[in-house]
Amino acid sequence: MTVTTPDADLREVHGPSALGGGRRRFFDLLWLMAVTEFRRTYFGTVFGYLWSLVRPLMLFGVLLFVFTQVFKVGSELDDYPVLLLLGIVQFTFFQEATTAAVTSVVAQEGVVRKTQFPRLVIPLATVLTSFFNFCLNLVIVLVFILAWGVEPMWTWLLFPVAVAALFVLTAAGSMILSVLFVRFRDVAIIWTVLAQVLFYATPILYPLGPVGEKPPVLDEWQEHLLMLNPLAVIFEQVRVWMLEPSAPSAAEAAGGAIHLLPALAIFLGTCAFAVWIFNREAPRIAEDL
Amino acid sequence: MPVEDPATQTPADRRAPAPQPGDPLAIQVEGLEKSFRIPTHRVDSFKERLVRPFAAREYRELHALQGISFEVRKGEFFGIVGRNGSGKSTLLKLLASIYRPDAGRIRMAGRLAPFIELGVGFNMELTARENVVLNGVMMGLTPGETRRRLDAVIDFAELGEFAELKLKNYSSGMLVRLAFSVMMEADADVLLIDEVLAVGDASFQQKCADAFHAMKARGKTIVLVTHEMATVEEYCHRAMLIDGGHIRQIGDPAETGREYLKLNFERGVETGDATSGPGADGARLLDCWLEDAAGERTTTLEHGEEIHLRAEIEVEREATGLGVGFVIANADGLGLFEFGTQVKAADGSDVVPAGTRTLVKAQLENPLAPGRHFVHCGAQSNRGGGVHVYVHNALDFVVFGTVGTKGIVSIEHEIEASVETEEKR
Repeated sequence: MTVTTPDADLREVHGPSALGGGRRRFFDLLWLMAVTEFRRTYFGTVFGYLWSLVRPLMLFGVLLFVFTQVFKVGSELDDYPVLLLLGIVQFTFFQEATTAAVTSVVAQEGVVRKTQFPRLVIPLATVLTSFFNFCLNLVIVLVFILAWGVEPMWTWLLFPVAVAALFVLTAAGSMILSVLFVRFRDVAIIWTVLAQVLFYATPILYPLGPVGEKPPVLDEWQEHLLMLNPLAVIFEQVRVWMLEPSAPSAAEAAGGAIHLLPALAIFLGTCAFAVWIFNREAPRIAEDL
Repeated sequence: MPVEDPATQTPADRRAPAPQPGDPLAIQVEGLEKSFRIPTHRVDSFKERLVRPFAAREYRELHALQGISFEVRKGEFFGIVGRNGSGKSTLLKLLASIYRPDAGRIRMAGRLAPFIELGVGFNMELTARENVVLNGVMMGLTPGETRRRLDAVIDFAELGEFAELKLKNYSSGMLVRLAFSVMMEADADVLLIDEVLAVGDASFQQKCADAFHAMKARGKTIVLVTHEMATVEEYCHRAMLIDGGHIRQIGDPAETGREYLKLNFERGVETGDATSGPGADGARLLDCWLEDAAGERTTTLEHGEEIHLRAEIEVEREATGLGVGFVIANADGLGLFEFGTQVKAADGSDVVPAGTRTLVKAQLENPLAPGRHFVHCGAQSNRGGGVHVYVHNALDFVVFGTVGTKGIVSIEHEIEASVETEEKR
């Protein structure tokens, strides 16, 4: 059959993609999916939200006991409880969002295989849902911080910058994991272990720099090494901005601002890799499932 | 939505006027190709990838579509038929942007409904209302537009009182109704539909049929993929037959239908034509049909609803000891079970005189899993001159329902599980 009438209305169909179907539809879908899922998980049942709060609080309680009563590292530092709580709430967001995202695309198999759906919405919506939960938890943490007696500081205004960086890193990780899981099903197990490793490679349990009157927990080179981890950089900077202006900033812990460049490179590299691999795999997800 | 009265119209009248060659195009497909790589050994973990780094390099190439070109005009109702594995579903998925073509070009005008099956976007944990909004946005409406249309959708599905109920508590019929109304309300310009007409109960089927006619009247373009030639002939302006990834026939639906039957005929030894053929000698199967409980002909059954099978057989020569029987097969052509009986004449003898007709009535429980099923029907007598007839796929019907069964049939059973007490141990 030959082409007879070239029609002005005809537009090329490009097949499935990460964003497919227009920018507005993408954001509408993303927002709607995240909000609906959030409402369902956290407000669908009476204890829905409470449960999501209980988990980090339990962890906090246990760790606080262990690190102030058993190992004395925590009791030397006045702000240790708030530091620990803030760290746990931030890390819980990162861990929950990425873990949920791993299986998200595969779980939405029906949608992926039978509708033209912007693929990127799926992992991002799970991240956004966890983010809403994170924001609620932050309100509670803030109350706790004020009750603890931390004076509000102008640097609190910088906190959203750190949260934004954490969000971007979480989203990038989720994109990579969700798309890899389509092909390699052991990604879920590998990630559980890696996330655990990241927890210890981030200054949550142990403070950097001098602990009260005592010398630092870590050697200088260990602190430098830790600052390769973008999460560690973010968390340490949050500590300085939110709780202790006198604590070593990320740049100080790394041994100079220039030494933060590797962490920045890892951060940007992760984001670039996420965009690249998601764009590469998105058209094929329906076939690989 | 304007409702036509189908009773007063013949199928030909019910077809909206066909678009003419000068009309604008809605879909243009040129040289479309798609193949799938099927690895001989699927590597699906990093562990395996490390152990066998080259395993995935070996694969078999499956050419699902090989150079498909066609055009669909605005307002056209276009049918795509083909056997299982012919590539018709792949084509639909390419049109719907679910797969990316390897070569060729697809161009489309207007807004496309991104669904190829009813209710795929539904989340069972959400209420009907939330699902309708989500689906609307998926179809490209803004959340605001969707909320404005919400009541109309719920009303059309006749689900007003269940709007706040979670979908997991819905019956299969209710789900289908909701899915269908969502699709109708999305008001897309181009619809791609994979076998949806044979769902729901009879009255809702009628409503769907009316809705389709209304859409045709409004100049919507519809591409329908189906097994069922009756549907194609009733609704479609043009139809295309795909076989082995190539277009075998495109044009008049009746012509395409005949070609499709011929194709089935080539494949099997037996014919899909219910009246005669090489499978017959001295006997003819005149008709074979399914009835509902009220004795009306039907092509759909709800899961668990009793099967009433009827067949009419005529013998041309006198036959002694004529046996008749049915085989029920599923969509994959797998014979599930068969049953039959001996024909008895009015006087109780087993001689069936030449030229007489036998009406076979069978009634059985319906253990069939939801899906399409086929009935093969035959009659045979070995004594005397011997007559026989066998018709492969004499009839096909759809069992609908959403029972999640893993098997091909569900059989009656008794099962008990109890916790053992201390004493018993």
